[in-house]
Amino acid sequence: MTQSKPNHEAKPSVWRSLRNGLFFAIAILTIAYAFQVTGVDLEEFRKESRQQSRVRVMRALARPDVFDFDRAETTVNSPVHLPCPGGVEPQIQREESGEAYVESLSCSAAGEIITLTGYNFPPNTDVVVSFVPGNDPNSTLALTKARVKSDSQGRFTAEVELPKDRESDDVQFLRSYAYRNVGAPRWSKSALDTWDKIIETVFMAFLATLLGTILSFPLSFLAARNLMKNVRSPLTSIALNLLGWPLGIFFGFQAGKYLLGLSGSFAENAWLNAADVVIAGLLVYIGTRWSLSRGDETPSGVIQRALQELVSLAVSILAIYAFLEAGNLSMSLGSAAIEPLGAFGFVGNFLYQSGDILRTITPALAALVGGSILSSRLGRFGQSLSERLSAGAARAVNLILAAAAGGMLFVGIGQTLNWFYEIGNPFYIVILPAVLGAAGGLTLAILTKPKAALSIGLTVYYITRMIVNAVRSVEAVIMAIVFVIFVGIGPFAGVMALGLHTIASLVKLYSEQVESILAGPIEAIEATGANRLQTIIYAVIPQIIPPYISYTMYRWDINVRMSTIIGITGGGGIGFLLVQNINLLDYNAASTQMLAIAIVVSFMDYISSVMREKYV
Amino acid sequence: MLEARNITKVYEGGVQALTDVSFTVPKGQFLAVIGLSGSGKSTLLRCINRLIEPTSGQIFWNGKDITAASPEELRRIRRRIGMVFQSFNLVHRSKVLTNVLAGRLGYTNPAWSLFNRFSKADIEKAHQTLARVDIPDKADYRADELSGGQQQRVGIARALMQDPEIILADEPVASLDPALAHSIMKHLERINKEDGVTVLCSLHFLDLVHKYADRVIALNEGRLVFEGLPGEIDDKKFKEIYGRDAERVG
Repeated sequence: MTQSKPNHEAKPSVWRSLRNGLFFAIAILTIAYAFQVTGVDLEEFRKESRQQSRVRVMRALARPDVFDFDRAETTVNSPVHLPCPGGVEPQIQREESGEAYVESLSCSAAGEIITLTGYNFPPNTDVVVSFVPGNDPNSTLALTKARVKSDSQGRFTAEVELPKDRESDDVQFLRSYAYRNVGAPRWSKSALDTWDKIIETVFMAFLATLLGTILSFPLSFLAARNLMKNVRSPLTSIALNLLGWPLGIFFGFQAGKYLLGLSGSFAENAWLNAADVVIAGLLVYIGTRWSLSRGDETPSGVIQRALQELVSLAVSILAIYAFLEAGNLSMSLGSAAIEPLGAFGFVGNFLYQSGDILRTITPALAALVGGSILSSRLGRFGQSLSERLSAGAARAVNLILAAAAGGMLFVGIGQTLNWFYEIGNPFYIVILPAVLGAAGGLTLAILTKPKAALSIGLTVYYITRMIVNAVRSVEAVIMAIVFVIFVGIGPFAGVMALGLHTIASLVKLYSEQVESILAGPIEAIEATGANRLQTIIYAVIPQIIPPYISYTMYRWDINVRMSTIIGITGGGGIGFLLVQNINLLDYNAASTQMLAIAIVVSFMDYISSVMREKYV
Repeated sequence: MLEARNITKVYEGGVQALTDVSFTVPKGQFLAVIGLSGSGKSTLLRCINRLIEPTSGQIFWNGKDITAASPEELRRIRRRIGMVFQSFNLVHRSKVLTNVLAGRLGYTNPAWSLFNRFSKADIEKAHQTLARVDIPDKADYRADELSGGQQQRVGIARALMQDPEIILADEPVASLDPALAHSIMKHLERINKEDGVTVLCSLHFLDLVHKYADRVIALNEGRLVFEGLPGEIDDKKFKEIYGRDAERVG
């Protein structure tokens, strides 16, 4: 023992330096390969053409196209023959336009350099001399040949190299052009476009953050290990839970669809809609009041219990109907209000669109509610079943239920795969999954003790985490490509993509906050006999409010930044305009958009840091 | 009447926290649980309301087996067992009143809790209970604005809101100074004497045990090593409970 320590320290230094050398060599090789792959090459950087475009683009970028002026323009089109017609000697000619005039040679050979001298131009002004091919002096096609500056007397001299490939029998022109800004500055067109789009961008980010926050709030509890690890139920309950979902979804969806049709037939009559909303809402309120006032004591008699269940069912159906009618009402009010509201017509549009959204998602919502209700009721039934049955009977029940649930789950997966890959063979999409799932369920039922509480919470935790991580690994810009197909090019696609990405990342951030809260209050609230929902509301939520606000602000910040570029893939916002201008080589306009992005992003940075300091 | 039969708890990872602990507590008794840190006192108290699931053994309360209760039944059992903690375990950012009202959650329909609603009677009771633990004017303070002694009173008030038959107090005074410790212990004593609530209280200091407890059980490395009256703990017993090298203080 005493020997080994000095031995350890005095490791042969040859080996150590070899190891270090090897490490160094690998590092160099890695960097070298990175050079190769990323194409590091200064030769290209030094090229003259590169240099020219560099100067041009950097200067254009430094001059954002923000203001426009009325221009007092001076244009002189000096005719020139290229080459000189046979037998004609070039001579100095004078071409006038108003007070200004230009002296130049009347003809010359292609590729020659000729001199233009201008008089009475605006003093100290840029003059652009360009060659106008063709015989139309007013042609907009002009090849810029020289940029010079007039002196204080309005004189300029420009040396112009005539093009080599524009020889013609017709007369062509050399245009000298100068302008002065007159009058007050006004916003340029690209500034106005940029303003439009930057507003769109900010609101895209706002809506995406709002949607993401609302949806990720409940999901974050499913992805928090400390909350989920204690969620355990016996297999009987889990299997019934699983079986309850598709049944509940089916019934819920059918009910939702039926009610949608029913309320759709009243879509025209706003008064009827309003009456429906009020009456159904009132009934829902009374019904809820009634069942809540009964406390949480389980009713004793079968009739009592059935009555309570019936009331709950009726309340749910009425609530769905009230939702749909509210959607109808909102749509008709909204479409009626767009015109009279004038500038505030967007409020009408909001009403109309929210009504539409309400009506569109209600069947899906009904399906979800149906699924969760049926599943939780069956689960509770499974729980009490498992408590009452003997171990042997419980195992028998488990075998049947687990096989059924497993088979159903796998058939569901099979159907989903079939939708994507169009397999179509019932053996592969129904029979095989059913057999495999049933076998899996049976194995589980055999391997576990019949009444043992399985940690279903952790399973849900891992599945949620997996999905969230998968979604998060796809950038919003990429997601936008898909959503553009779903809802068309434009900001709505961007909102959907950003929203989805926001959900995924907020669920992760939020749930990590839930995992780091104090366990003591949870223990204390549980000890009072509170159920899981109450524990979350009274022990978890108060602890996570400040970090949740902080992360929401952070995400809103990121979303603004993301929404500036999501337009690249068609997701709307200012990125759309930016890419368009870059493709048109209009760098002055692109610079305007870059400037706007920089201003908005740094402003958001500032606002969010102030808000975070204030509330957290 | 509370009866623990052969309670054994082995944590994941094989730590044996309790071994075959059996005892009974008659209704209305003030039972002190003593022992070194890590001797299993906290585990034992938490096994009674199943915040920690005992590995084996049973706990009978008024003839009902708590360890066999379904989640629904457990909820009903827990709401009659108040609990007071060493670190108070208040929700810091909530108001004192909300913390106290949390004691009624077992009696409240969970749907109401979604809207953070409690009945008028509960709110009235919460104010009365705060008055009873001598902090009637602190209802609207945030819990973390209170001093340690005040926070523990809120903890007691929360337990009282449950109309408890039993209060489990897990070293309720271990993080308080001696003067405060006595005032908190007096509150527990009054609840025990006036309301007839059974109290199981784990304690560190023997003078507190002598002053407040009717009876004592002692744990050493998860085993019950003593059961009797406080006065019966002589030097020999003391060494048995706390180990040979221990010295009496206080």
